[in-house]
Amino acid sequence: MYSRFLVSAIFAGAAAGLIAGLLQLVFVQPVLLHAELYETGAIVHFGAAPVSANPELPGFDAMRDGLSLVFTMLTYTGYALILIAAMGIAEERGATIDGRTGIIWGVAGFVAFHLAPGITLAPEVPGVAAADVAARQVWWFATVAAALVGLWLIAFGRNWMVWSLAVILLAAPHVIGAPEPDAFAGPVPTEIGALFAARAFGVGLAAWVLLGSFAGYFWCREGLNQNSTAQA
Amino acid sequence: MTTTTMTRSGLRFLPAVFAAVLGLAVISLTGHVQAAALHDAAHDVRHATGFPCH
Repeated sequence: MYSRFLVSAIFAGAAAGLIAGLLQLVFVQPVLLHAELYETGAIVHFGAAPVSANPELPGFDAMRDGLSLVFTMLTYTGYALILIAAMGIAEERGATIDGRTGIIWGVAGFVAFHLAPGITLAPEVPGVAAADVAARQVWWFATVAAALVGLWLIAFGRNWMVWSLAVILLAAPHVIGAPEPDAFAGPVPTEIGALFAARAFGVGLAAWVLLGSFAGYFWCREGLNQNSTAQA
Repeated sequence: MTTTTMTRSGLRFLPAVFAAVLGLAVISLTGHVQAAALHDAAHDVRHATGFPCH
């Protein structure tokens, strides 16, 4: 049973993570590199002269972008381990898990890990002013945990008491609020910041939908494998 | 019959917890630990994934 969890999570996470990493390189990285030109002061917003919105960006960097790909695959493998743990428990309680139902698990994972913390702690472009990183990380983990429990209760709860508790769990982190900086000092134009957050969410959703589907598929397949091995 | 079901539940629950804890550890490592080498290597990913960075 351990191997079923591990093998399906590694396959699903590596595959979805590779696609996520490539999508990030194509859609997010140019925006990030553009922002870094402002972060480092190479170009200045509201300086003496108007600044081109299409500056020349550094191209593909094998070391930097290769590391990004590896770390994206690792991150999505981490997501996959948590996702498949939940799928395994849910299947035992009667849920159907396969590549098709995995899609909705993927959407739920995106909501819990990206959208829920991102609504109040928006994906940060380099150079933004932000509160202490440790405080934000505590808020991030608490928000993700509350969202995971909330979504589970919505999906598998059976009465309004449970669903009400789920709504409270989903809303509470945002009512309480995330750690915020004392003053704004970001040198990056708002246009770039907004595009960055939007792209981060878009790529995140696409990657999570794939992750959910792959996780469902490999979970299902590994189950069939183990059954046939057991019968042989 | 009941015994079989309970045993199978137990068989699945522990690996699920193990997988979840391992996943949490991996995400903490790639997305949250602030050690300089890890931070630099994972910098772009942390931003692009929406993890708190810096």
